[in-house]
Amino acid sequence: MASLKEIRTKIGSVKNTQKITKAMEMVAAAKMRKTQNRMAATRPYADKIRTAIGHLFQANPEYKHPYLAHRENTSRVGYIVITTDRGLCGGLNVNEFRLLLNEIRDWTNKGVEVDLALLGSKGVQFFRNYDVNVVAAASNIGENPKVADLIGSIKIMLDAFEKGGQDGGIDRLFLLHNRFESTMSQKPAVVTLIPVEAPDADELPEHWDYLYEPEATELLTSVLERYIESQVYRGAVENVACEMAAKMVAMKSATDNAGKLIDTLQLDYNKARQAAITQEISEIVGGAAAVSE
Amino acid sequence: MATLHVDIVSAEGEIYSGEAVRVFAPASQGDVGIAPRHAPLLTNLRPGDLRVETPEGEEKFFYVTGGVLEVQPHLVTVLADSALRGADLDEASAKAAQEAAEKAVGAAGDKKSLEHARLQLVEAAARYRAVQKLKGKKA
Repeated sequence: MASLKEIRTKIGSVKNTQKITKAMEMVAAAKMRKTQNRMAATRPYADKIRTAIGHLFQANPEYKHPYLAHRENTSRVGYIVITTDRGLCGGLNVNEFRLLLNEIRDWTNKGVEVDLALLGSKGVQFFRNYDVNVVAAASNIGENPKVADLIGSIKIMLDAFEKGGQDGGIDRLFLLHNRFESTMSQKPAVVTLIPVEAPDADELPEHWDYLYEPEATELLTSVLERYIESQVYRGAVENVACEMAAKMVAMKSATDNAGKLIDTLQLDYNKARQAAITQEISEIVGGAAAVSE
Repeated sequence: MATLHVDIVSAEGEIYSGEAVRVFAPASQGDVGIAPRHAPLLTNLRPGDLRVETPEGEEKFFYVTGGVLEVQPHLVTVLADSALRGADLDEASAKAAQEAAEKAVGAAGDKKSLEHARLQLVEAAARYRAVQKLKGKKA
């Protein structure tokens, strides 16, 4: 059995670790609430831009923007993958990568190539050693993602889409991020960015058209671009909320496990101490018996 | 007096929502002034000041870095950009993202196959599950 001092040191070190995981749990819980608010804050913009697009469609139904058209032949697709920057968040990234690798396999079986844009350090790290086509990357998005950090990667994908799959570009664009279902449950999800699904236009009192400055097609492009960006931004914010929730749960179970470990060690310690006392008494008794004889 | 409802939103949050009698916005083709019952208009914004005159006679100023302005007879919606935009700037950030990709991914010498990645992932997932199970047993 380990010596008393050894066990005591071990208990001390586990207690210190427990303090850290406890603190991390509380920090993650506080940050999760903040990011949830931020998630809610993205809603008005998304709703408004959706309405604007709906009006645009209604105003000129005959015009089909390239972002809305389903291309017949798909020879290459793009994925914008949002991952976390840091670990210690359970199986969050692993689940996401698994979904992504399955998607890549499905496309490869169909003879379609896949381009990736990686947002978040974990994704960049994971695909560093593998033979995938990474066209854009951004690490250290942070806990408070900014649209400015994301537009570079989005632009690369949009430019690739304009080129088309035949010329090394892409024919479809997807977004992969973790979806926040509840504090306990986060699931990776794929969202189709291009072709854009036409939102339902709410009814306008009568048929009327906008005045466009500059032309309608040009405007529609910039509105749709912003729409796609807002979706990616929302995905990034949601992914942070997922990270915090997963981290909170992971750290809570780490704290609980440390508690259990301390209990077991404490039991060992008490046993060892009792054994030492018993031994000492039997030694004294033995010694006294020897003297009295 | 007739009023307009003004909503100013950016991707990162709502900025302003309220009534106004007049709105002045820096449209891409020149400043526009919008009064109630303005014809429906959709235009890009350039960086500049957006001015909202409230029915109380107050004037509110907002700086926008660009975006989209949508006008309906009694509704003005400003979809403000949260980042400074422009063809050159966008190009620069796209280039930065591309370089980051090359640096991060190109640096690795020999690339392993995707199959390898999948194997490693399965292994990691199995390990994770095993740990979860172990935790359950201890409890």
